[in-house]
Amino acid sequence: MSALGLVGGVVQPVLIVTGSPLLVGLMRQVRARLEGRAGAGVGQPWRDLRKLMRKERITPRGTSEVFRFAPLVLVATTLVVAVVVPFVAAESAVDPAADLFAVVALLALGAVALALAGLDTGTAFGGMGASREMTILALVEPTLLVAIFALSVRVGSTNLGAIVSSTLHDPSRVISPVSLLAAVALVVVIVAETGRIPVDNPSTHLELTMVHEAMVLEYAGPDLALVELASAMRLSVFLGLLANLFAPWGIAAEATPLALLIGVLALVVKVGVLGGLLAAAEVFVAKLRLFRVPELLAGSFLLALLAVAASFFLA
Amino acid sequence: MNLAATGMAAAVAIGLVTALLAVVRARPAVVGAGTALTGAAAMAAGAAALSGGSFSLVLPGVLPLSGVALALDPLGGLFVAVTGGVAVAAGIYSMSYVDNPDLRARGVQVALPVFVVAMVLVPAAANVGTLLVCWELMALASLVLVVAEHRRGPEVASAGRWYAVMTHAGFVSVLIGLMVFAAHAQGDSFAALRAAGRQLSPVVAGVVFVMTLAGFASKAGIVPLHAWLPRAHPEAPSHVSALMSAAMVNLGVYGLVRIGVDLLGGGAAWWWLLVLGLGAVSAVYGILQAALSSDLKRLLGQSTTENMGLVLVGVGAAGLFASSGDHALAALSLTAALLHVVGHAAFKTLLFLAAGSVLHATGSRDLDLLGGLRPVMPVTTAAFGLGALAASALPPGTAFVSEWLLLQALIHGLPAGGVGAAIAMPVAVAAVALTAGLAVATFVKAFGVGFLARPRSEAVAGAHESPFTMLAGMGVAALACAVVALWPAAILPAVGAAAGGSAVSGAVTLRLNQVTGALSPLLLTLGLVVAAVVVAGVVRAVAVRRVRREARLWDCGGGPMSARMEYTATSFAEPLQRVFDDVVQPELDVDVSHHQESRYLVQAVEYRRKVPDRVERRLYQPVLNLVTAWGRAGRGLAPGSVHRYLGYGFYAVCGVLILLAVTR
Repeated sequence: MSALGLVGGVVQPVLIVTGSPLLVGLMRQVRARLEGRAGAGVGQPWRDLRKLMRKERITPRGTSEVFRFAPLVLVATTLVVAVVVPFVAAESAVDPAADLFAVVALLALGAVALALAGLDTGTAFGGMGASREMTILALVEPTLLVAIFALSVRVGSTNLGAIVSSTLHDPSRVISPVSLLAAVALVVVIVAETGRIPVDNPSTHLELTMVHEAMVLEYAGPDLALVELASAMRLSVFLGLLANLFAPWGIAAEATPLALLIGVLALVVKVGVLGGLLAAAEVFVAKLRLFRVPELLAGSFLLALLAVAASFFLA
Repeated sequence: MNLAATGMAAAVAIGLVTALLAVVRARPAVVGAGTALTGAAAMAAGAAALSGGSFSLVLPGVLPLSGVALALDPLGGLFVAVTGGVAVAAGIYSMSYVDNPDLRARGVQVALPVFVVAMVLVPAAANVGTLLVCWELMALASLVLVVAEHRRGPEVASAGRWYAVMTHAGFVSVLIGLMVFAAHAQGDSFAALRAAGRQLSPVVAGVVFVMTLAGFASKAGIVPLHAWLPRAHPEAPSHVSALMSAAMVNLGVYGLVRIGVDLLGGGAAWWWLLVLGLGAVSAVYGILQAALSSDLKRLLGQSTTENMGLVLVGVGAAGLFASSGDHALAALSLTAALLHVVGHAAFKTLLFLAAGSVLHATGSRDLDLLGGLRPVMPVTTAAFGLGALAASALPPGTAFVSEWLLLQALIHGLPAGGVGAAIAMPVAVAAVALTAGLAVATFVKAFGVGFLARPRSEAVAGAHESPFTMLAGMGVAALACAVVALWPAAILPAVGAAAGGSAVSGAVTLRLNQVTGALSPLLLTLGLVVAAVVVAGVVRAVAVRRVRREARLWDCGGGPMSARMEYTATSFAEPLQRVFDDVVQPELDVDVSHHQESRYLVQAVEYRRKVPDRVERRLYQPVLNLVTAWGRAGRGLAPGSVHRYLGYGFYAVCGVLILLAVTR
């Protein structure tokens, strides 16, 4: 455990927690401007969280501990990912946990906790959301793991630190067919995992189309604040992961204040640009029917498989 | 006489004494305790064999022709220890689970310890005769146990018939394979087979391997020989389901590794590509069937096919790496497979025992009728929740560690094995990943629909927590799950010894020895706990302190919702069923009946959905139809007329006489 890793392990979660609601605010603002609205401002998600934190806690009748602890598990998994993944510092605070499979599985654990909470309410909405979320998760997993496979074969390791530093030392790899194919596959997967258009619409409350919102319908007050914060954090974590897997430049390689400052700024800029692009793209795309989503995911799976094939035959 | 030999002797002696006591007077408490003690002795023997204390024993006079030969090496020791562990949990559990006259019947009580003893002896057999006798004893004892509750309905007898036919077909296949092998080896002891295995011609070795593979795969429930498993495992009493699903299926894997890797010495690459392919297909097909199933125990049985498929992926990859000369990766892959065997035994025991507890309390195993068990059965709910986490390959779960090892082996195997590996490895990774994703959906369904939310039927509302010994049996299995999940280093040296090479080292952090890769399940779990505590503390500090208030569920203003408005297991799986429509081909049947007065007013809508096993329908139904047709044709020969039968006898005697006259 190095000094750089330790500093990164402290700076990263703080940055992700404070920054992710701002990212969501930024994305909403971009969208509002493109649609010709004034928008509520970048700070609105933080104001919403403050408001929710002041409300009383409510337990829907008939729910168990699963419902009550699910938001905690959701935030905790994302927080652990924010600590271990090299976002700002090139070394991980807990290197044996900075494994790409472990990170993906942790994020899936958060989704599972929320799906169980949705089922625990015993309402039709909760069950519907949980069922859809699990279907999408089951189909996303192969693409995600095969894309990871393509990226880690050339490095010979699934350790995130190793993948990031290998890209830093050999920048030409980024424009290889393997990287490009895997990048496209991962973008589709991340859109699906974070519940953005065209897979899910985060601002809808129409029962025909809800996925994520249906599961969290019964949450209120501080619990809802945690769920909202966690979904914003998941979005930032996924975008940060995408950015640092393919363009890790700017990441701090030594534990000096200047390097860390550059690392923080680089992450903010990269994630901000990716978020802005995603929001802009969402304006021009309609949400897919639920049963067309598997076709989209199958397409991205094919790309990931091609990436693996390319990594073998072009090596 | 070392500890391994003493343990084996004690296990066999205690098991047989328990069986004899049961013959005199069948008391569930005594039989359960005896079975648990047999298991404990077997665990000790297995542990001793794993730490280097092997033994061998030959008793020439006991069995005609070949005699009995027993030997315990680390590979056999691992399977003996796993079987023993499952028997401990199942034995303790059965002490109060066995409370109806069908299960108290003498034959059933005798069969339980005999079944355990047979399973313990199979991995210790050291010649073909002993292996086959123990194998058959195991099949017969389990058959008695499967049909124990035959009064419950015709499906139990049907399950018993399927199991009897399939297990004997598998036995014949193993028998033929081993007879060919022994004939070429000029002897039936494993030492002679091992010496001859490397000099066999490729054709003979291939025949031996494929014949034994078919037999062992049918025992492990591998597609397409899995048809008996989702029938027999759910219909058996739950502690027997646990023994079959967590211990007996493993012996198929044992046989494959023993014959293919040990006795035949590796062999050609196509053998292992076949094993890997069968494993990948079984994993995906098994979990897909489980994801669509709404019967709790059937779902667990189908998940056994999935997990054995994953183990076969590991074994196949190990064989593939070994045949291309990469023994470090082969050891890693085999370690992953055997660790998955251990982990699967732990969580499948826990899940089947918890499902049995639900069945015991509610009388139902239909997920569409369950739900709302959390307030009435808190311990069982917690146990099933832990088992579901362990089964779904999420950290901090049991299967996560072994699947991580398996994926590491597959990833590092891509550059190792040439074009064959270049095609097989990515497809295997995709299959493992799809399996992992579907397993998550399956166990979220099983736990979320089966245990959480509100009761969906009257039976559940009157449920009660199970008696202490049943909970204790689940506790033993839960402890095993936790150890494998959090501190796999405790058993990895033993698994490495069985796999023939230490591939993983480290106490808290698991480090792969020959390739780069490290993971620490303990640190990961600790991190999760710390993060959850920090978040809870921050929320407590920031949020306004007010008492939690109970509130009505959001019902769109329509008044209180009935339990019929809840999502059921069937509706939960509906999107998956649509996505995999072409693979599973479900049968839908919608009947709409109208009022007589008007075609526009609907009186009732009836909706039926069935997800038939497609492999079974395509592969088994034609054979069954043929046999039925044959039987029907045969019936024409026996119309019941005595004259006709006398005529048959007359013509048969004449035929024999003519034959003798011609041939002499």
